[in-house]
Amino acid sequence: MDQNAENSTDAMLQVNNIEVIYNHVILVLKGVSLNVTKGGITALLGGNGAGKTTTLKAISNLLHSERGEVTKGSITYRGEAIEDMDPETLVKKGVIQVMEGRHCFEHLTVEENLMTGAYTRNDGRGAVQADLDMVYSYFPRLKERRKSQAGYTSGGEQQMCAMGRALMARPETILLDEPSMGLAPQLVEEIFEIVKSLNEKESVSFLLAEQNTNVALRYAHHGYILESGRVVMDGPAAELRENPDVKEFYLGMAEEGRKSYRDVRSYRRRKRWLA
Amino acid sequence: MSADFLYGIEVIINGLMAGVLYALVALGFVLIFKASGIFNFAQGVMALFSALTLVGIMEGQVPFAHLINAIFGTSIHHFGWTVPAVLAIILTIGVMVIFAWMVQKFLFRHLVGQPHIILFMATIGLAYFLEGVGDLMWGSSIKRLELGLPQGGSLAIENLTSGLGGDDFYGFFIDKLDIVATIVAILLVILLVAFSQFTKYGRAMRAVADDHQAALSVGISLNFIWVLVWSLAGFVALVAGVMWGAKSGVQFSLSLIALKALPVLMLGGFTSIPGAIVGGLIIGVGEKLFEYLVGPMVGGATENWFAYVLALVFLIFRPQGLLGERIIERV
Repeated sequence: MDQNAENSTDAMLQVNNIEVIYNHVILVLKGVSLNVTKGGITALLGGNGAGKTTTLKAISNLLHSERGEVTKGSITYRGEAIEDMDPETLVKKGVIQVMEGRHCFEHLTVEENLMTGAYTRNDGRGAVQADLDMVYSYFPRLKERRKSQAGYTSGGEQQMCAMGRALMARPETILLDEPSMGLAPQLVEEIFEIVKSLNEKESVSFLLAEQNTNVALRYAHHGYILESGRVVMDGPAAELRENPDVKEFYLGMAEEGRKSYRDVRSYRRRKRWLA
Repeated sequence: MSADFLYGIEVIINGLMAGVLYALVALGFVLIFKASGIFNFAQGVMALFSALTLVGIMEGQVPFAHLINAIFGTSIHHFGWTVPAVLAIILTIGVMVIFAWMVQKFLFRHLVGQPHIILFMATIGLAYFLEGVGDLMWGSSIKRLELGLPQGGSLAIENLTSGLGGDDFYGFFIDKLDIVATIVAILLVILLVAFSQFTKYGRAMRAVADDHQAALSVGISLNFIWVLVWSLAGFVALVAGVMWGAKSGVQFSLSLIALKALPVLMLGGFTSIPGAIVGGLIIGVGEKLFEYLVGPMVGGATENWFAYVLALVFLIFRPQGLLGERIIERV
């Protein structure tokens, strides 16, 4: 996307036209480009199978263990190519992913889960302990449950646990995949409030993959919309919120009021993005 | 107390001590299975190999002597020195770490993401390979392991307890080596549990056991953890090899003790360190007691099959074992 080139100066993480293939045959991303600005919240929106998770995994390099690979394009972080870097090095450089579906270590306690986040750090026990307190101050609920096995905590607590675990690595950028998945609306709001305050107070940048377009666009600064492996639209979140197509397809607000789901589907089949 | 009853107790004590040795072998299996889901068929051979290496180093044997002599027409077998036990043990641990690293580098790194049965088959191959290497390196003769561990029945215990029964009872006969083995095993278990519960790498090990992807995502290197786990299993194999070797000499049938570890694992659960211990003790006591009580009625030699039958019963009624990891399911 050409318009990305202009504001690339403040882009910390740049994804340039990448293509991702699974199992050597299945083409999932067909040229995705995006920028994550320093200190911002960037949202990656789209439906099931649009390629959000794959994009995040391409950045964090978790693709390898799932037989996927980036076959074209480049990914740079602070100007450095990172597409061949293993996740360990990347975490040390300040990029960490919170995976979709939480993926807490079930048989470890909540506190042990958090401590695994500090695995790559070697700046001393004191600094890690200070960060543990910091995480508990953002997620007081985790402090209450710190001695329970993570597998027995609720979905919301597990999401907090996964986010807290990532925070323990002292990251600059968090790739957050579907934080709202399976959570009650109130909890979703709570999680996003925490994302916002982490962004403002701890100056953590976020790249947020989300199906819940409504919430994501309220908290994000910039948004990209993915559809079948391509970016079909991007812009400041406020603009995207007002865009009639986004309103109709992703926010479910058509001009003549809400439509039934069936109508939306058939309409959508006729009108495709950039088809 | 009647003498029969006291002999029964003696059987139980000896069973416990034999069980400790089974538990030691089973421990190595549990470590690797937990962290990587690989059932390591080569664990018994690792015990054999490490014991062979220890003896070889201590006696100053030239590794691959037969091979070297065959190729160069020389006739060297010994360096002509002996190595003190402590140094030899450290060197052997080093060898086992190198072995762990090579297994990871040349075998399992290329099999990531393969089905479990493929990994299992690979360990069977590894077992035969390692047995061959051990043979080639140190020769196939039976060796004595002289670590200076106390041997023979403990007279002190025998004298102390001889007064318990009547004239028919001469006191408990307990092998000193078994006592040492028990103490060593207890220390080893405490060490392993402390390592996995209270250290950063232990925590990472348990994290990898729970979720490979998530471990990767927080920057834990799977390769490093797997080398670590195989090294630990190598160390446990060394301890087991030393204890069995001191008891019955270092010989190639040592690798068959792996088969005794199978029922222990089925009983205790493949994923539980305490399970391996409890399983080992139950099997040890069970087979000795069964031999003592029922053996004479069926013509003896029940020790050969008792453990497997017990394991079979467990497989039917409690397939995850006594202490196997509970599958966490939130409702």
